[in-house]
Parts: sequence; C-alpha cells; structure tokens
Amino acid sequence: MSAQNAPEGADALRPEAIEASTSAALAAIAAAGTMAELKDARLAHAGDRSALALANRAIGSIPPTERKEAGRLLGAARARVQQALAERTEQVEAAELARTLLAETVDVTLPVELQPEGAIHPIRGLIDLMSDVFVAMGWEVAEGPELEAEWLNFDALNIGADHPSRGETDTLFVEPVSNHLVMRTHTSPVQARALLTRDLPVYVICPGKTYRADEYDATHLPVFHQVEGLAVDKGLSLAHLRGTLDHFAQAMFGAGIRTRMRPHYFPFTEPSAEVDLQCFVCRGESVGNPDRPCRTCKSEGWIEWGGCGVVNPRVLRACGVDPEVYSGFAFGMGIERTLQSRNNLSDMRDLVEGDVRFSRTLKGVAR
Amino acid sequence: MSWLRDWVALPEHVTGQELSEVLIRAGLEVETVDSVGEGVGPLVVGRVVDLVDEPQKNGKIIRWCHVDVGAALAPDVPPAPVADRPITEGVRGIICGAHNFAVGDLVVVGLPGTVLAGGFTLSSRKTYGHLSDGMICAEDELGIGVDHSGIIVLPPEAGLAAGDDPSSYLGLGDQVLDINVSPDMAYCLSIRGLAREAAQALEVAFADVVDRAVPGAVADGYPVVLDDAACSLFVALRVFGIDPSATSPRWLQRRLSMAGMRSISLPVDVTNYVMLEVGQPLHAYDASKLRGAIRVRKASEGELIVTLDDVRRTLAADDLLITDDSGPIGIAGVMGGASTECDPATTDIVLEAAAFDPPTISRSMRRHGLPSEASKRFERGTDPAASYAAAQLAARLLVELGGGTLSADETVVGGVTDLPGQRLRTDLPSQILGLEVPAKRVVQILRAGGVAVTDDEDGVLDLVPPTWRRDLRDPYDYVEEVGRKIGFDEIPSIVPTPPTGRGLTRAQVIRRAVTHALADAGFTQVLLLPFASGDDLDRLGLPADDRRRATVRLANPLAETSPYLRTSLLPGLFAAVQRNTSRGNDDLALFESGAVFRAGSGSAAPVPGVEQRPAQDEWAAMQAALPAQPWHLGAVLTGAWRPAGWAGAVEPASWQHALAFADVAAAAAGVTVRRVADEHAPFHPGRCAKLLVSTSEGDEVLFGHAGELHPLACRAFGLPPRTAAVEVSLDVLIEVAPGPGSIAPVSPHPVAKEDVAVVVAEAVSAGEVQAALVAGAGELLESIRLFDVYRGAQVPDGSKSLAFALRFRAPDRTLKDAEIAAARDAAVAEAARAFGAVQRA
Repeated sequence: MSAQNAPEGADALRPEAIEASTSAALAAIAAAGTMAELKDARLAHAGDRSALALANRAIGSIPPTERKEAGRLLGAARARVQQALAERTEQVEAAELARTLLAETVDVTLPVELQPEGAIHPIRGLIDLMSDVFVAMGWEVAEGPELEAEWLNFDALNIGADHPSRGETDTLFVEPVSNHLVMRTHTSPVQARALLTRDLPVYVICPGKTYRADEYDATHLPVFHQVEGLAVDKGLSLAHLRGTLDHFAQAMFGAGIRTRMRPHYFPFTEPSAEVDLQCFVCRGESVGNPDRPCRTCKSEGWIEWGGCGVVNPRVLRACGVDPEVYSGFAFGMGIERTLQSRNNLSDMRDLVEGDVRFSRTLKGVAR
Repeated sequence: MSWLRDWVALPEHVTGQELSEVLIRAGLEVETVDSVGEGVGPLVVGRVVDLVDEPQKNGKIIRWCHVDVGAALAPDVPPAPVADRPITEGVRGIICGAHNFAVGDLVVVGLPGTVLAGGFTLSSRKTYGHLSDGMICAEDELGIGVDHSGIIVLPPEAGLAAGDDPSSYLGLGDQVLDINVSPDMAYCLSIRGLAREAAQALEVAFADVVDRAVPGAVADGYPVVLDDAACSLFVALRVFGIDPSATSPRWLQRRLSMAGMRSISLPVDVTNYVMLEVGQPLHAYDASKLRGAIRVRKASEGELIVTLDDVRRTLAADDLLITDDSGPIGIAGVMGGASTECDPATTDIVLEAAAFDPPTISRSMRRHGLPSEASKRFERGTDPAASYAAAQLAARLLVELGGGTLSADETVVGGVTDLPGQRLRTDLPSQILGLEVPAKRVVQILRAGGVAVTDDEDGVLDLVPPTWRRDLRDPYDYVEEVGRKIGFDEIPSIVPTPPTGRGLTRAQVIRRAVTHALADAGFTQVLLLPFASGDDLDRLGLPADDRRRATVRLANPLAETSPYLRTSLLPGLFAAVQRNTSRGNDDLALFESGAVFRAGSGSAAPVPGVEQRPAQDEWAAMQAALPAQPWHLGAVLTGAWRPAGWAGAVEPASWQHALAFADVAAAAAGVTVRRVADEHAPFHPGRCAKLLVSTSEGDEVLFGHAGELHPLACRAFGLPPRTAAVEVSLDVLIEVAPGPGSIAPVSPHPVAKEDVAVVVAEAVSAGEVQAALVAGAGELLESIRLFDVYRGAQVPDGSKSLAFALRFRAPDRTLKDAEIAAARDAAVAEAARAFGAVQRA
C-alpha cells in the first residue's frame, strides 16, 4: 500500500491508475481494525504523499483537454476514499468502545453501602402512619406529659378515688404520693388537656407512651404506647365514632375491612364499646372452617383492637364543656397490640430491649 | 347452659356458641365456650363386686378390683378370681389407686379404647402384677371437674345400674360459657342476671329465681343490730338439725364445679350455689358458736380478727364488721371469721343475707388483699331486693338436702330503698346513638330491663332503675342500655367532617424530620424503658451538683433497683449496647428519642372537683407541680461504622460519628452546631465537644455534648473501649429552629478557588481558625472546607498546618484576580491576627 509503487506523473492520471489507487486505498481502509491502523491507512492513501494526492498534483502536466475528465475521476475517487475512511472510523470507534466497556465490567452483586443500615423503630413508624391518616382527615395530633397530674389522669376522666385502677398495683406513683403525680396510665389525660386548652370543636388524636405497674413478659410491658382519638363537636354520635373507626381500620388494614363494636364499660365513655377489627388476613373465612385456620385471628374472624365510646358528660363537665351543647366520642388502641396483629410481633419484650436487629426488622418506615 | 335453661326458655336448638354471640352483642365478654368432657367416652357404669388392698414396695396401697360392667361388655378373658370366689360374666379386673369406695358401689368405668380428657386413650395393661382391663374414673379425668381426691361414686338416687351409660347423668356434653363481666353489669355475676339478658336478647320467657320480696322489718329470729349505714339490710334465717354427714348431691357439685368452685361441705356448697344462681352472697354461721346478738359496726383501728383462712388480721377503722358478744366474727362482705365457722359437726346454722355499701367492701377487700367470689359481688353492688329470696332458697336446700328444719322465726333488719331516679329526654338515645329510636321503643326496652318508666308523653321520661342496676345513674347510662339492647351493629357508619385542620405542628414536623434524617444517615432507633438506678448516675461519673442527679423517684417502682425516672438517655443506651454485644451485634449506632425527667418544684398538684373545669389558679398550680420533661436525642456508637470490605478498610465508629450525629439532627431542623472543647461526664476529657446552637436573636444556647466516652465510664458500663456517645436536647433544637428563611439567589458568575494552608499552634482549634478565615474573607467567600491537617517535618514542633479550600464568588460579576487575592489575604490576615497563623508557601 505504499505510495512508492504508485505510477508517477501523467501515468497516475490514467483511469486504470486512479482506479488501482482507489482500490488499494479502500482495501487498506477496510483492513484497518484499530484506530492506529486506520491512521496509517489514512496517511498512506489519503495523506499528502498518497497516490491520489500525487496524482492530483500531476494534473497540471497533462493536456488541458484531458484535465477536466481526469479531475472528475480523481475527485470522485478521493471522495470515495474519504467516505470509506469516515465510515470505517465510526465502525472502529464503536468496536473499540465496545471492547473497552467489556473490559470495564464490574460485579454488580458486590455489596455496596454508603453508611450503616439505619432504621426507625417500628412503634415510632406506626405512630407516624396512624397520625397521617387522621391529619389527612383534618384532625390534629395532640401531645402531653408522660408524668401527669393525678387529676388529669383519673378524676377528670370520671375515674373516682375508689377505682381499682388507682391503686399502687396498677398505677406508678411519683414520690411523694401526696403530691398527686402519676405516670400516665393512658393517653387520655391528653384528651382532657385538649378540651381544657383548645377551642371547640376539637378533633385530635393523642399517640404516646403510657405506664402501668404491669408484668414484663412476652405479652405485657410496663411501658407501652397508645393512640387515642377525641372528637367533641355539636351533634356527634356513636355513628360518627363508627364511621371514624371504619375509616381508620381501612386506612391501616386495607379496603373493605369492617369494625364491630361490642358494648363494654369504661368510666370516661357512656355508651362504651370494645372495638374489634375484622380479620384482615382471612376476613372471617376461617371461622368454623378447620381446613383454613387463621393464625392472626385464631380463627375467630375478629381481632380485639381497642376501646371506644361516647364521651361521658361527666368528663365534658370536668373539662369545662357544656354537655347540653356539645357531645363527642373517643377511642383508644394499643400500638404494640396493633403491631402484634398487623406485623406478627411475637414477643413484646423485643420492643424495648434495643436489639439492633429488631429495629431493622421492618425495613423502611412501618409497613 | 343446663343451669341457664332452668330460668330462661332457650329454644332447644340454641347452642352455647350461638348464645355466646347473643351475649357478646349485649355487652358480655364471653371468653370461651367449652363442652364438658368434650371427646370423652364411651363410659360405662360399673359395680364393684370385689376388691383387695395390696401394699406395694413404694409404700402405696393399690386396689385390685373386680368391677361388673354388664354382660354386654364382658372381657375376652375373665380376670383371675380373688380368694377363689367365682367370677360372673361382665366382670373386669381393674387396678385403682383411690380408696373412697367399697364393694357394692357404682363407679364410672372407662374400658380399653375409651378416650379421657386431654385425648388420652385407655388400653389394657399389666401393672402391679395384674392385668388392669380399664379404669375407674375421677372427675378430672373426665374433664367435668377438678376433683382428683377420689374416684366418682354414683349415688343410688342416680338410678343407674352396671352396664348403663352415665354420660348424661355426669353432665357430659353440657356447655360452659366463661364470661368476663364488666364492672357496670354486676347483676350478670349470676345465673339470674344472665338469664334475664339472654331472655331479653332472644325474646323468650324468663323466670325470676327471686320469687318473693323482702318482708318488712321483723325481729323474731336471731337478734341482729345494724350500727352502721354501710349495711342497709340484714336477713337472718335459722336452720336446725342438719345432718352433719349429709353431702352435696352430684348435680349441685357439678354446677359448682362448672362455675369453677370446689365442693367443701353441704352448708358452704349451698350458700355458694345460691350466690351463683341469685347473685346474693350468703354466709352460714354455726349457730352454736354465736354469742349474743349479731351487731354490724365499723372496726376500731387495730382491732383483730382471725378469718376463715386462719390468718390473724389487723383491722382499720373503715372496715365494716359483723360482730357478736365475743367480738368480730367476720369482715362484712369479704370473709367470715374462724370462730363461728361451720365445721363437720355443725347441725344448726344462721344464714346471713345482707346488703353492704360497695365502696366500703371494695376498700376492705383491697386493704386485706382478699378478693373472693363474695367480695367481688359486694364490691360491685348486689340486688338487696333479692336477699330474702336468696336466704329462703338456701334454707330450703339445707332442709331438703341436709334434713334440717327451717325456723319460722325470721329476722329482717333494714330494708330496700329505691335507687335514685333520673329523667331522660326521649330523643337523647337517637341523638347519641346516631340511630333513630322512637320514644315507644325506648320505653319498651327500658321496661323490659326492669326500669320503672313513667311516660307523660311530654318528651321526657321519669325513670327509676331496678334494685339490681346501680349502674343506671345518668341519662347517658340509659342511652347505653337502649343501644345495647338494640345492638351496636345497627348503628350506621358516618365519617364526621371536622373543620379544616392545620396539619402537624412545627415541633412534630421537626421531630419527624430529625428522626428520618438520623435513620437515613445510618443510625438505628431503639425504644427503651425510661427507669434508672442510682448506680447509673455514679457510673456516669457525674459530679455531686450535676443537673442529672436531680431525679424523680417513683413511690412504687417496678424494681427497687431502678426506682428513678431517667435524667439522661445514655445509661439506657449503654445497657442496650451490652445486650446487643452479648448477642453478637458488635457494630452499633443506636439512638433514642424520648423524654427525660428532672425533679421539679416539689409542690403538690391540686385535685379539684369534677363538676366544672379547674379554676385558673388550680390549673396553674397543677402545671407547676409537673417536673420538666424535655425530649432528648441520644446515641451511642461502637464497633465498626463501616466494616472492612472489598472496597476499603474498616472505618471504626468513633467520636467523629457522635459529633456528626448532632450535626445531622440539627441540619434537619435548619440549624448549624458550633463545637467547643469541653470536659463533661461521662466523656473523655480530651475528646468531648460542647454543642452550641444559636437562637434567632443570635444568643448561643447549649444543645448538648458529644464525644468519646471516658475509659472509666466504658469500664463501669461494660462497654467496648472507645465507645462514643452524644446527647442533645430535641426541645432546644425545636426552640431555635429558624423560621421559613429566604432563598439566596444563585450567582451565575464563575467561581474562584483558592487553597490556603496556615500553620498554628497545636492548641488552636480548627474551628476557631476557620471562623477567623471566614470573618476575614468577607462577603465574597462562598464556602470554606478544611481538607488537610499536617503535622511533621515541614512545620515547627508543637504546631500544625491546616489546609482550607476557599471558594469566592460575587453575585453580580466575574471577580478580578486582584479582588480574589485581596479577599484571600484578608482571610489569612485575620487568622494571623487572632491566632498567629502563618501562611505556608
């Protein structure tokens, strides 16, 4: 492919010579497999010393009448070579890039990490999730102290001085007992605070920590969490309570989940009820059906969820609300219990032992 | 179920499960429905025809019995005869460990193949040298009771013979409902109350076991004096000449046993039976042991009594007593005294049926720790109108079963008074239930429940509750009664529409943002119990006057070793580290967010009345009595932050991560932390930062501390060396978090990068130098970042070189070289002025 072998002068402008040089050039370009080889081919066949370049320079040495034809042939030949070069360049570049990329392959299954795996505790995650359901409904989230005045924890809620829950076997008292301070036994004092400090109407939920002089075992904790709700407005009834609970249940456990209210007794509500959740796993299909037992509801079809009722007018009066004008409803659930049925928590102690594996068990914020 | 059927016309097909659903809707918490002896059988009546007591090497005496189970169930191989006495057809040889039977007795026999309670299947087996070809059964083995003191001996009046099936006589297949009765439904602590509820719910006939009213006061019988208003009624009946050897018939024992009570003696069983049926607890005194008139009075402080359980108890002035001339003979409604107890020789009995003040009984019961079936009923309130009928029923049973004579001379002291009435707007039930209930329906439901209703059709009902419904007080109580009877299932579901809410508060948004930021940054949140021990504070190495020593103590802590509420999150986190490392979780970055408690003013919280809201000053005093309970954030780090991996060496968790924790938390709230070296327990004195944040007014406030733990603290808490920690106040962060802020324009002009290295004395902190550079550089400085710290040959001993990358930019123009150089020089000049910093070439 070297220019030395090319015909000199006018000979080089003969059509056969141009064709031969062109063929040689195209062959050399086609044969180039790398960018380096392509560069060599370009110098040899399209450079200043290439046969076609030399032929071009010789165009003045032929008779003027032949110049036009020779120029046309030569121009076409050089264009073909340039085009071949461009095409081949593109091909070789693509091939070289492909080789490079192949060579740069990594193992994408190698572990990669920016920092350790952090986590939000499942209880806190669930509280946020529950709060969001109510905030979306136009409710607000109320808070209050965990160490609370006895009056707010009991008296204001129609739990009289002789009520068994006010004994030292149930309630943690702050020393000295004569100061009438307790660790709140439920989040209900936050409801009383809401009525005493907010303008009516009030629609709040109160999630938070509560304390009982209770066992510490797989199913009991002395410190646990509740979420309570309180709505006080004109014309509220048990039907509104039921609607709220149904909505809450569906938001937490899935569309179509129903609730059931069973009459019960609580001092702070009247009428009172316990609220059961339709089993969100079997939806009741395991009842009386030994072939399809349900672990979540123990084949009962319902899961005990919490307590609820119409706010006792005695509570409204103690909190300065006129029961002749306003009525309201309240409800409360254990967050640990909810986690137990919703996420299959088996041992309550895991919640407060701080084992890093437990907090990480539900990846992402509570699911 | 069979007991209930005595009083309510339950359709035959109604099962225990169905009844339980009805009762649940009526507000009774049915925990379980059990069939008596479910799966047990088949059983056969056997007659003991022969028996030999055979002492064994182990000291036990076993009985080798011949039992006739009828020709139809004759064994393939007859047993060996006893003393050559002939064997008749149908006789089986059975080994028995019990001795409470004799030849000729009828017993309950399970043959090979019979299933006993617990699913155990009998088979013939060789034991004690004989082939035992069946089993003579005790109550517990059949699942019909708990008695295992001996085998069941069937009485002649059962009308059974060898070979018969005893199942229905034994009550096998009967169903037992275990019901948790809420405190407002005390009347359902009886067959009478449950029957009434079942009858009303199923709309079937109900027969009241209380078949007679309390007569007017009469004092013909045993003398009784009521000295205290806490006893409003006392009925005393006498039964003479009871056969002391009479025992309770099987049907009575069976009903007691299904109710979870043991058979003790005929008088005791009868009083318990009547209590279960009527709801009125009774007490039986041995008449021969009573001395003079019965007097009901309050105790004198310190008075003594020996109760039935032979415990000597010191009484309080509030205890209500039953006494005679000898002194106290019972704590009213709670427990009788030992001195007048019925014993195996008792023939003459005084029966007590009384009405006591529920709170008085409740206090006594708790004071003496004596919850019982009786005190549980008195505590919640009994039906005084049922007392006379209950005493009469018990007396009749004692006459019938014990062969006694009921004395015609009766004593009735006190009487039955109506419970307070109430007025109810007929539209209140509809309004509160959210369900249209016509006035007529309200009246009908209340009357069916025993309420005396006067309806003038003026829209308001005058109501008097029945004597067994102390819970019906307020209008809303009657509303619940109506709702309960209609069924809560009927109530519609309506989602209320609150006024537009304002969303989460700023504090709630910040707390959430901080938690998410920390979790995203690699920290794991834990929740720990907030109790602390005194030792914890010492182990932290706190000085005597440290604020964290001002603890709140619980009067009745769960554990005496941890009686305090935490003042710091760190000891709890340290304990969590220990639990983790003991479980092989060595790489830890744990954090907690929660309240700490600081001893408050020590003032008492007032306990105002509940008729109205607390007065302003009462409310203020209540709030002032509460100790401060700020929310803190705490974290502890140990092991590897990033373990050694294919991409790099281990990055140990260190003080740097503890400091970064505070920065991340603060940044989530838009706050920048300034760090100053500090000495603060429990941190390493040379590796502890005081963390400061600024208020919007520019005042610096303490945010918290972070760093590596003091080696002694690590040792005291059993933590790995070089464990790092941080504790900051979330409340402070929320307080100083800036408002919305303004968005700075982003300059489109080119940046000028200048690196500056300055040499300063070792004692000068990087933070201080940086602050000086920033102050000197002026407004053109866009950012500054320390990128190298060098100590070594190129700088003098006791000095270090700090290299900073500075970026300059103007909002409105491209900076000229001279401007950049001037700004850089000014920065260095300020560092030189403040700390003698020398720029390195």
